[in-house]
Amino acid sequence: MFGYLLKKLVVILPTFFGVTLVAFVFIRTLPGDPVMLMAGERGLSPERHAELMKEMGFDKPILVQYGLYLKQLAGGDFGTSIVTKQPVLKEFATLFPATVELSLCAIFIAVFIGLPAGMIAATRRGSVFDHTVMTGALTGYSMPIFWWGLLLIIFFSGILGWTPVSGRISLMYFFEPVTGFMLVDSLLSGQPGAFSSAVSHLILPASVLGTHPMAVIARQTRSAMLEVLSEDYVRTARAKGLGPQRVIGLHALRNAMIPVITVIGLQIGVLCAGAILTETIFSWPGVGKWMVDSIFRRDYPAVQGGLLLIAAIVMVINLLVDLLYGLINPQIRHTE
Amino acid sequence: MKKSRKLIAALCGASLLLASASAWAAPKTLVFCSEGSPEGFNPAFYTAGTTFDASSRALFDKLTAFKRGTTEIEPGLAEKWDISADGMEYTFHLRKGVKFHTTANFTPTRDFNADDVIFTFMRQFDKNHPYHKVGGAKYEYFNSMSMPDLIKEIVKVDDYTVKFVLKRQEAPMIANLAMDFASIHSAEYADKMMKAGTPDKVDFEPVGTGPFQFVAYQKDAVIRYQANPNYWRGKTPVDNLVFAITPDPSVRYQKLKANECQVMFNPNPADLEAMKKDPVVNLLQKEGLNVAYLAYNTSMAPFDNPKVRKALNMAINKQAILEAVYQGSGKIAKNPIPPTIWSYNDAVVDDAYDPAAAKKMLAEAGVKDLKMKVWAMPVQRPYMPNARRTAEMIQADFAAVGVTVEIVSYEWAEYLKRSKEKDRDGAVILGWTGDNGDPDNFLAVLLGCDAVGNANRAQWCYKPFDELIQKAKVTADPAERTKLYQQAQVIFKDQAPWATIGHSVVFQPVRKEVVDFRIDPFGGNIFYGVDLK
Repeated sequence: MFGYLLKKLVVILPTFFGVTLVAFVFIRTLPGDPVMLMAGERGLSPERHAELMKEMGFDKPILVQYGLYLKQLAGGDFGTSIVTKQPVLKEFATLFPATVELSLCAIFIAVFIGLPAGMIAATRRGSVFDHTVMTGALTGYSMPIFWWGLLLIIFFSGILGWTPVSGRISLMYFFEPVTGFMLVDSLLSGQPGAFSSAVSHLILPASVLGTHPMAVIARQTRSAMLEVLSEDYVRTARAKGLGPQRVIGLHALRNAMIPVITVIGLQIGVLCAGAILTETIFSWPGVGKWMVDSIFRRDYPAVQGGLLLIAAIVMVINLLVDLLYGLINPQIRHTE
Repeated sequence: MKKSRKLIAALCGASLLLASASAWAAPKTLVFCSEGSPEGFNPAFYTAGTTFDASSRALFDKLTAFKRGTTEIEPGLAEKWDISADGMEYTFHLRKGVKFHTTANFTPTRDFNADDVIFTFMRQFDKNHPYHKVGGAKYEYFNSMSMPDLIKEIVKVDDYTVKFVLKRQEAPMIANLAMDFASIHSAEYADKMMKAGTPDKVDFEPVGTGPFQFVAYQKDAVIRYQANPNYWRGKTPVDNLVFAITPDPSVRYQKLKANECQVMFNPNPADLEAMKKDPVVNLLQKEGLNVAYLAYNTSMAPFDNPKVRKALNMAINKQAILEAVYQGSGKIAKNPIPPTIWSYNDAVVDDAYDPAAAKKMLAEAGVKDLKMKVWAMPVQRPYMPNARRTAEMIQADFAAVGVTVEIVSYEWAEYLKRSKEKDRDGAVILGWTGDNGDPDNFLAVLLGCDAVGNANRAQWCYKPFDELIQKAKVTADPAERTKLYQQAQVIFKDQAPWATIGHSVVFQPVRKEVVDFRIDPFGGNIFYGVDLK
């Protein structure tokens, strides 16, 4: 197991290094620069432009800039945003818990509904339930998040008035963030009603963000289940006279889970993309919206730092998923 | 800071509880659905309206001020001012008894005085000022208003008198000092923070003299203010002001409907019809302080010939653009300045839409089978809802007079850069929103000889025009200046370096219970004096 972990870590380091390079080059290959965008329609003289670029250190050859950046990173410094003048790591740390909270709830909803739906659809293949779930999954998968989010807001907040429109908690509640997770902080604050306000604010965005993964998980579970159900060992189990619950719940499900967990792991990356839109619609102060704003402003340090941190986190999650396979299926552990 | 924030939180919580118990003592909280996050809280660092709304317009005062909802100048922190006969010296007499905010880490020991004015401007002006480099600030507005070239020195005459000595005459100076970058900071607070080794706090935990004081900012989510009880104009009617940062315009509207906010910014044009009919919404509107234009490159043939430009202008069906692109929320532009600015020359007659005459004029000018490029901006701006669509309509209009148009576009930053180049190929769609309500801010910035190769996208340097605006710049008498600018507008129309396209109308939905919210012509959101029924 330790050797397995080590092998995985050896792959991660160069990947991390590669990400620094990609992030660095990517943002600089975009046309335009931060100074130009700051000046807007007014424009500024080439001399002033050069002066400002020099002050920010963007006049140096790109390789030198990259070298300096790596040196900075080695010291644990992710740079300072050229717009807000705040350390990138601090901004990221402020916003990241909001994204995590949203994504975790989204993936929870996705698994909680998608998994059983896929399972039941597989066991009742061809039934009305199966067709309904698969049609629903296809619809959910093809739904543009932006449109879907607005639709839910208009229906649940506008027409029915069941949920608040946007934000993380009612403006009535005001407390200093402790963990950055609103569900936890609202409980810690001890203010009556804060927690339920936080939950009611989370339901819509989490459902919207969870829609794509839910659809994918339901489809994946169904097909994995179907495959497993036709395996010899399932037939054997049935022949032994085991009840359907035990056959499906133990023998089939455990083996069907392998591809499903892979998909859930991959959905984490997909969630990042969905989070950008979901955060924008629901005024959710997370890293997705922040990254997009930073790209539009050509805030080089913020984009580089943000990409790097997100990439690192996705890599760690994938590593954890790999380890999880081992726990679920000992064979993988041994063959590696 | 943390402790005191908790205290404030506790107080807020307590007051809310009280509020629910006894409605009569309810503190009034006004919530504004804003468009985006402020870049920071020192307005001198930035140029974006969202930042000014959250900083200068709520927290700070300037020496001079714009009367709320207008471009007229009124006294601010300076009660009155004298201008020397030669127009080179501006002496400001400061208001007495003005208090800076008392916040968690600052309790002022003295009232506002000349030291604060000196600190505010010297920080931006003097490269060796101890605060100049704090926060890596660039003071872009101070620079782009040419302040460093204009100001010779700023002198403290006594505790309540400050004198600005200029290097040359500049009539818009008083208006410039009402702009956001000129927000007055507390020198005492700055000194205290410098001594404590945390000079950055001046910019992140702002202290001003304005109608609201800063309570807290949760990045990308909420900004909280409370009314300044000691405000020198009198306390504002509401007790708390909250900015709920809501990037999507349709969501802002839903929040307004649900009473999660009472004022919202920048509605989606598609929602306007519904808003007009909405019983809870009061849809305010006002002509914007802006202009959208198509700038020819007047340094290149055949566009160096005014007749050709004039002919092309006559080929454009502006009314159609107004209907299709602005969807009724605009006004045809005939002058380079909007009608809301003083000296607007209403006597100028716009080029009539007449394709037949245009075709004839082009033929007379010897132009045949003309092929040209029209540049369309990739973004929506307050003055131009859809540049691509506008370009397509111009393309069709020009085709009708035998001119073939190719539409080009670049990413926004690239567009701004390339469109400035002197040898740029083609006519550019662009526009401008005024900074200080002075005609100079349009005519000199966009059409002056000095601005060629920069904001003068027509690359148009026409001596008779330039002489008029240069003369107006150094003329103190407003009546005289008005006359000069009106003449300049006549010359502009005659020479046609641009096709003036439109001025947009700004819409702002507020809930019915909001009292006395006035649309700011500069595109800002100002909450002093606003009440809730």
